[in-house]
Amino acid sequence: MSGRTLWELRDLWSFVALVAVGYFFGRRIEARHFADLRRREHASLALPVLTAPRLDPAWAVEDAALVTGIAVVSIDYFKYVAASLRNFFGGRVSAYESLLDRARREAVLRMKEAAQARGATVILNARLEISSVSGLDAGQRGARSAEVLAYGTALRVR
Amino acid sequence: MSAPESTHGLLLTNIESVPGRAIVEHYGLVSGSTVRSKHVGRDLLASVRNVFGGELKAYTELLEEARDEAIERMCAQARALGANAVVNVRFSTSSVAAGAAELYVYGTAVQVA
Repeated sequence: MSGRTLWELRDLWSFVALVAVGYFFGRRIEARHFADLRRREHASLALPVLTAPRLDPAWAVEDAALVTGIAVVSIDYFKYVAASLRNFFGGRVSAYESLLDRARREAVLRMKEAAQARGATVILNARLEISSVSGLDAGQRGARSAEVLAYGTALRVR
Repeated sequence: MSAPESTHGLLLTNIESVPGRAIVEHYGLVSGSTVRSKHVGRDLLASVRNVFGGELKAYTELLEEARDEAIERMCAQARALGANAVVNVRFSTSSVAAGAAELYVYGTAVQVA
């Protein structure tokens, strides 16, 4: 293959390079994130997060406040391409499942950490909301990141 | 992570009451919204992150600012009505145009004793 033809294939090379970088770094970053999530989830087990709004009348509440947690997590290039291929064939898109899982768990953890900073003992009526500002440019090509807002009412019960 | 309550001096909850306090007056719906769009500098960094994967800190901060701004606008409305708390707070998001998104927060303004 002549040098000129190789140069003409530069788009293909950069695509292959991006996929390779995404594969090697993305996997390591994701594994580290999951390990960090497990460690922090274990450390915050003492603070229950309820999705029910009901108050126990027996509780003596000392403090109540809205707490939030926000996380925006991006998918790596390898998974982005893998998901696009999966879109063509149909079926379970595990690349996006793990992305949403990471973003939701991170947002919930940040909400819990905000509650713990206030000395809360329980979070009531926890809700999750997904938004997209960074993914919209992709339009027909699918989102590149998940943006999650977790919120609830943190209570300090004596 | 800042406690939303500390910045505007109103009590906020997303349940029907403020536990430990009695609601003495209702003022009705109050809301606040922000529409944010992507920032060129932030977007450049984000596109690098889109290769490696992982958290987009710039967008997390953007969303945190939008949340604070929307809450502040809702609280300004509540204060103007004479309320000292907002209960049943909800967040909602919608996409208005490519590259822009709305963060909307609403709740019921009340007076607690």
